[in-house]
Amino acid sequence: MISFTSFPAAFQQSSYAHTRHHPDTKEDMMDVDDLHNFGLQDSKLTCPGEYLTSSQAFMRGHGTYVDNEEVIASVAGTVERVNKLVTVRGIRSRYNPEVGDLVVGRITEVPSVFPGIETSSGVDLATGTASEMESRRKLETGRCPHAVLRNGQLVVVPPILVRRLKSHFISLPCGVDLILGLNGYIWVSKHVKQNEQEGEEGFDAEAVYSNVNDNIDVSTRTAISRVTNIVRILASHFVPLTDALLLEAYEWTVEHEAEATSTLQEDFGDALVASVTTGQ
Amino acid sequence: MFELRSIDIDLGQQGQADGSAVITHGLTHVLVSVFGPREAKMRSQTMHDRANINVEVSVAAFSTGDRRKRSRGDKRILEFAATIKSTFEPVVQTGLYPRSQIDIFIQVVQQDGGLLQACINGTTLALMSAGIPMLDFVCAVSGGVHSTHPLLDLTTLEENDVPNVTIAVMPKTRKVSLVTMETRLHVDRFEEVFRVATEAAVVIHEEMKAAIMARSRTLIASMKTGSQQPGEMEE
Repeated sequence: MISFTSFPAAFQQSSYAHTRHHPDTKEDMMDVDDLHNFGLQDSKLTCPGEYLTSSQAFMRGHGTYVDNEEVIASVAGTVERVNKLVTVRGIRSRYNPEVGDLVVGRITEVPSVFPGIETSSGVDLATGTASEMESRRKLETGRCPHAVLRNGQLVVVPPILVRRLKSHFISLPCGVDLILGLNGYIWVSKHVKQNEQEGEEGFDAEAVYSNVNDNIDVSTRTAISRVTNIVRILASHFVPLTDALLLEAYEWTVEHEAEATSTLQEDFGDALVASVTTGQ
Repeated sequence: MFELRSIDIDLGQQGQADGSAVITHGLTHVLVSVFGPREAKMRSQTMHDRANINVEVSVAAFSTGDRRKRSRGDKRILEFAATIKSTFEPVVQTGLYPRSQIDIFIQVVQQDGGLLQACINGTTLALMSAGIPMLDFVCAVSGGVHSTHPLLDLTTLEENDVPNVTIAVMPKTRKVSLVTMETRLHVDRFEEVFRVATEAAVVIHEEMKAAIMARSRTLIASMKTGSQQPGEMEE
């Protein structure tokens, strides 16, 4: 017998609990206007249109607006308060750049004058080089302003998962380097030896500006794709990326003798995240 | 006395979209993906003081009872998209993102009346999951009149037979950002339908808010589990 179901079978994956309540019973939302508890609980959730506080006592920050002397949330996320400033931090939003951030990106356009980026190392931001190479670069104020990224691949994760760390350059002992861009772009590549990386004086222009990949042996390629897949798994489970976590996850996959390809299977990913987040 | 069809909301990730939502009102089933704010594809569309909202609607050929393929340039669909755009323009804080564009792509998978309300509610949810600042929720619902009695949340059959109106309400202020009618409705009946529909929008708001909060809660929880690592640096 053939049975028909309505188009979506069911939202099994849905995180949304089906609340079937009488229209008169309002769900008990949090009372954010309770100012005494404001700073105590670390994550107060709110969503657009929710009253936060009075605008006379507090200043509005990002993610809020003022209407009728009330500070009201404009994004869904957590309420944060710093002294008199009330902000709402959206959970999943586009990357907001700040000065000093390390980003991974691709130069799409090069204006005739290159404004805004000054280099301390004395290396001219050769506009000619920039325009003729459409490869990915990283820009960093201060040390080594930009370099062509090669010998690797790019993974994109939600920007909130990349926290501000002491170093955004991670070298895993498996011969893989990661560059965690704060914009959520992550470059996973073959390990570069330390002396090649920091040649301030004897700046090897050939090595830095080359856009030709080196020869990468099979084991390194496997390691790169394994790390890439781990990043994807962690991102799909919305786990913030740290060097310790990545290393632990990598060791876990090696321990379980998983092929780099099989790591993307769903049950494997669940097991991985479960084991690394419990800190075993 | 008044009843809405069952609402299902899924805010799971859909591909590369910044925000997405699947919403069903009864048998009407709509998928909305939001991209942006991002750089506009066409320079001519950028505005120096605010973001441009671009709405594209595509209706699946199999979504209605009679299989009919509508092209993208269909006048009815373009007007439908323009309606949604004008509904959201006063609510989304476009002034925060000058020279950029917010793309809203709506896929109608199945329709059984109340298509506009489903699209508007889905778009609200998708915009919020994309983290785009908005003044408030926009909750839409359709209403009609059968002889003298108001009805809510009409199906296709009801829509074909009774005069109907779709309204979109911002629940906090009870401001109305859309009222649209394609049929004629007696002016004496309008007020009652409007009042009932506004109340219904508040009920829908509770559902939508619960969905958004539940998603925020799960995401925050999973971010917490990851940050209990010893290697984590304090901010």
